[in-house]
Amino acid sequence: MTNLVGSTAKSSSQAKVAASLRRRYAAELRFRAYGIVAIAIGLAFVVFLFSSIISKGYTSFQQTYLAVDIDYAADTIDPEGTRLPDTLSAADYQAVIKASLRAQFPNVEGRASLRHLYGLVSNAAETTLRDQVVSDPKLIGSHQRIWLLADDHVDSFIKGQIDRKLPESDRPISDEEIAWLDALKAKHGVETKFNLAFFTSGDSREPEQAGVAGALAGSALTLIVTLILSFPIGVAAAIYLEEFAPRNFWTDVIEVNINNLAAVPSIVFGLLGLAMFIQFFGLPRSAPLVGGLVLSLMTLPTIIIAGRASLKAVPPSIREAALGMGASRMQTVAHHVLPLALPGMLTGTIIGMARALGESAPLLMIGMVAFIVDVPHGLSDPATALPVQIYLWARSPERAFVERTSGAIMVLLGFLLLMNAVAVVLRNRFERRW
Amino acid sequence: MTIEKHQHVTEVSRSVVFNESDHSSPGEQVDTKTVGQVTVDSPVISARHVNVHYGEKHAIKDVSIDVAKNAVIAFIGPSGCGKSTFLRCLNRMNDTIPNAKVTGSITLDGSDIYDRSQDIVQLRARVGMVFQKPNPFPKSIYENVAYGPRIHGLAGTRADLDDMVQSSLRKAGLWEEVKDRLDNPGTGLSGGQQQRLCIARAIAVDPEVILMDEPCSALDPIATAKVEDLIDELRENYAIVIVTHSMQQAARVSQRTAYFHLGDLIEVGPTEQIFTNPVHKLTEDYITGRFG
Amino acid sequence: MQSSTVVVVIVLLASFAYQWARRRSINLVGGTRGVRNLHSLPAYYGMYVALWCALPALALLGLWHLFGDRVILQMVLAQMPTEFQHLQAGEAGLVLNDIRNVVSGAVPAEMARPAVVAAAQHWRQLSHQGDLVGAVLAFSSAIVVGFLALRSVKPEMRARNQVEKIAEWALLACSGVAVLTTIGIIVSVLYEAMHFFHFVSPIEFLFGTTWSPQIAMRADQVGSSGAFGAVPLFTGTLLIAGIALLVSVPVGLFSAIYLAEYAARGVRTVVKPLLEILAGIPTVVYGFFAAMTVGPLLRILGERLGLVVASESALSAGLVMGIMIIPFVSSLADDMITAVPQSLRDGAYALGATRSETIRNVVLPAALPGIVGGVLLAASRAIGETMIVVMAAGLAANLTANPFEAVTTVTVQIATLLVGDSEFDSPKTLAAFALGLVLFFVTLALNIVALKVVRKYREQYD
Repeated sequence: MTNLVGSTAKSSSQAKVAASLRRRYAAELRFRAYGIVAIAIGLAFVVFLFSSIISKGYTSFQQTYLAVDIDYAADTIDPEGTRLPDTLSAADYQAVIKASLRAQFPNVEGRASLRHLYGLVSNAAETTLRDQVVSDPKLIGSHQRIWLLADDHVDSFIKGQIDRKLPESDRPISDEEIAWLDALKAKHGVETKFNLAFFTSGDSREPEQAGVAGALAGSALTLIVTLILSFPIGVAAAIYLEEFAPRNFWTDVIEVNINNLAAVPSIVFGLLGLAMFIQFFGLPRSAPLVGGLVLSLMTLPTIIIAGRASLKAVPPSIREAALGMGASRMQTVAHHVLPLALPGMLTGTIIGMARALGESAPLLMIGMVAFIVDVPHGLSDPATALPVQIYLWARSPERAFVERTSGAIMVLLGFLLLMNAVAVVLRNRFERRW
Repeated sequence: MTIEKHQHVTEVSRSVVFNESDHSSPGEQVDTKTVGQVTVDSPVISARHVNVHYGEKHAIKDVSIDVAKNAVIAFIGPSGCGKSTFLRCLNRMNDTIPNAKVTGSITLDGSDIYDRSQDIVQLRARVGMVFQKPNPFPKSIYENVAYGPRIHGLAGTRADLDDMVQSSLRKAGLWEEVKDRLDNPGTGLSGGQQQRLCIARAIAVDPEVILMDEPCSALDPIATAKVEDLIDELRENYAIVIVTHSMQQAARVSQRTAYFHLGDLIEVGPTEQIFTNPVHKLTEDYITGRFG
Repeated sequence: MQSSTVVVVIVLLASFAYQWARRRSINLVGGTRGVRNLHSLPAYYGMYVALWCALPALALLGLWHLFGDRVILQMVLAQMPTEFQHLQAGEAGLVLNDIRNVVSGAVPAEMARPAVVAAAQHWRQLSHQGDLVGAVLAFSSAIVVGFLALRSVKPEMRARNQVEKIAEWALLACSGVAVLTTIGIIVSVLYEAMHFFHFVSPIEFLFGTTWSPQIAMRADQVGSSGAFGAVPLFTGTLLIAGIALLVSVPVGLFSAIYLAEYAARGVRTVVKPLLEILAGIPTVVYGFFAAMTVGPLLRILGERLGLVVASESALSAGLVMGIMIIPFVSSLADDMITAVPQSLRDGAYALGATRSETIRNVVLPAALPGIVGGVLLAASRAIGETMIVVMAAGLAANLTANPFEAVTTVTVQIATLLVGDSEFDSPKTLAAFALGLVLFFVTLALNIVALKVVRKYREQYD
């Protein structure tokens, strides 16, 4: 009897379960779809970001050059015929270029048109000629076809970033300029070459002359300071906290402190650098030394946390074995634990360095945003860093800087990729499972 | 591993076994190496030639057995013998483990639970499970028990749900202890109470079979005794499969016992007979404590 | 004498002391065969003496570097004509600057006032003497202390224990750097902020609704005080951070759920690092992306829909910031979800719950404290983020909740107030430190709460 009642009850609840299935599986599908959509959105952002930057920036590794028949007129360069280096380097090469351009386009008349014509080549061309003549005075009096750096508008136009179908007033390059360029092109006088100058020259107001060398050097110097300071200190702190520290109030304070410091906004570190290092200790502004100091304080928590994790991963049996042999605690750590934990610590350090390389906000605070043309050579030379250079270029109104900025971003991302790849390789090669 | 396996295969001659037990009449014939009566009349679950592989590892080797209605069957055997693995096959909990492969057939009321058309949600509503470590959800006692009815839509109204919770807790023998604090978290109960809460949670869905995976191994003796009494009461309405470490427990709560050894089902029979007069050498060695 | 040469000489002295002490310890026990009679290995005696030789000397040198300048400054000022003694703070600073410029040669001596030139000469002389005194002090300490340490070398001396003690102190000092950093932040920000509150009352700063920091060119200038009510900055910050969280929390959370609970292992190993790329991209890149791509895109989109979207809108900054913190949310949520024990999932599955029911009703509630902690951390990160907002949010201190308008944030103002040449006594500059103070404490509070919640959650399932 009970059995019978039981079984009818069961079949009724079974029926209810069956009835609910449709709705529940629909909910299941929906829920799963949310996940897929979320991941798709995330990945779409990645693709969008990269394609946007690469499509804007890949052209910056190319640069347009114009072939101009230069007449190294002796009476302009060295009217007295002394051939003294001082005379040669002080000569008016701008005039040489202008005269050569006029000779090449004899039909151009009127001040405005002439200015446009002269504007086709970058004003860096002058320096190119000067260097040429100073190193080889025999050029004077000769005719040569020389590839000169084109102006940024010309560069953008040749790379197809300016639509020639636009009305003239809407584009930065005029109809007559386009006509001249077409004429030059017909004579194979327009060429785009690999933009070596982008990697060898410092900042410039002229987009076509601006390069990342200065910023790269600044970043390198800053990172060297950061590495020298934060790696030893971070490793030492990790060792102390993991291997020696007694469990008491003070070590708790240090621990909480480190965790919090890892989440303090980077701009606050900039404030610290400004008030402490520059204002109080009187260290120079805009210097990689101060930048490195600030960034090492910022990276320290990352290195300490990574270091502790890799120390924790070393099994206690190894410590016990060493201690059992009569090694002191310091010897145990130095001879056994640290060598085993070092790869993990290095990985953490590289990741910390990569983050420091991409950091810009604190560097703004300590004055590493100045317009600096020269490549810095010392720790106290005024310098800027690659991300800050990106920030500076991003604010420039010239259209051609958009391309340069994206190019600089690609360089920066390339370095970050490299560092992370090294970290991954290190981890895969040395990570040990106990 | 492989060598040992060959040993039992040679020891256990393959035979067609007929009924020798007293409480059930012979079922169908099954080709098995297992000693004793694997089949029963009108079983709830019948497993035939079940093999389980975890990647390379062959965890269950050609096991066939029936689970009878309104009775408790105990799976015993040394650790790693596959009894828990086999138990988890019965409501397809192994599905959550990647690279676990189950072959053979397991039928519940005649329909194959590994069939593609079998709905896993429905299956688990019919075959409930209680785990080794009590695992109440971090919610109130009430919500723990109400969870199953809620997701399956078993209760029409709040009052129905209240009734279900109450009757499940009563059946689990927990009602008197918790009726005044249904809103307290389930994790705040003692270990034995937590386990009975998990049983209440399982029976709230009104299953046909309850699988219990060493339900008392994390409990103290008094809590164990309570859970064992409960199992005996639950037998009236449910088929129960219990995996246990403790032979005494198997002897106390079960009517049939199955002995597993390294993935093989060695012997099945009425509990009394298994413990007093085991047929197979390995079973005897285990029962008499020669290993395990 | 150059301080670098002093350091080199001290290091040389220390290495010499090392060799000497090592040899002495060996000689004391009658050659290398007697080393077993020493308490420690000979190298430890060497290190012991070398450390005593170098450390006090270097400490002296360091102290001299830190504070010598100040001592000299006081001495120079004391020697200056009396009319320079009672200047107001601002003017004294100017004179001081002049002196410094003459000393460093940035300003030729002919162009400076005679008193300044005299002071500069005095300074040069003093600092020259001071360097010499510092060097002599350091050398003599190195020699004297090193010699004393050498004398104390005896076979039964526990050199190893001593050296290890020093090493342990050094390790402790290194872990103290983190605490010093925090103290440094608090002191420097608080100090300048207090200065600021001399000019502007904290009430006005915290509750005022107009923000227009002006530079006072002259003290008597009309309207020079500016307005320093920071409420528009706070609302702007919250608006942008709110938009960022609206983007990142659902996307991050759902992708974490999918990756942790549904995705096949292959998918997970590919997708997870791909999403984490977003966390490795420098913020300046996001800023550029927001300003150059997203901002214009939103404006065009807004025009199509008949909405007025400023090209520097809270929306574009918030959106891009949201993208940036997606991996942050998702990896934290992933940690929390995978920390939920499998037994709870099994419990739900065994009742016949579907996957999504298990996740929604069991896994997520169990992981909730951890996830909330993660979201708080993400919020603190959004509030403190600088470059994106500097480049994409603008400077207009609008008090608005309209995401299509330009707003400004605390970090933007800090950056713009301090970039460029700044005088440390104008309220404009100091306001940045007051904002920094607010930023530091708000993010600190968020972090402490979040880390506590997360830690408690982790302990629950350990």
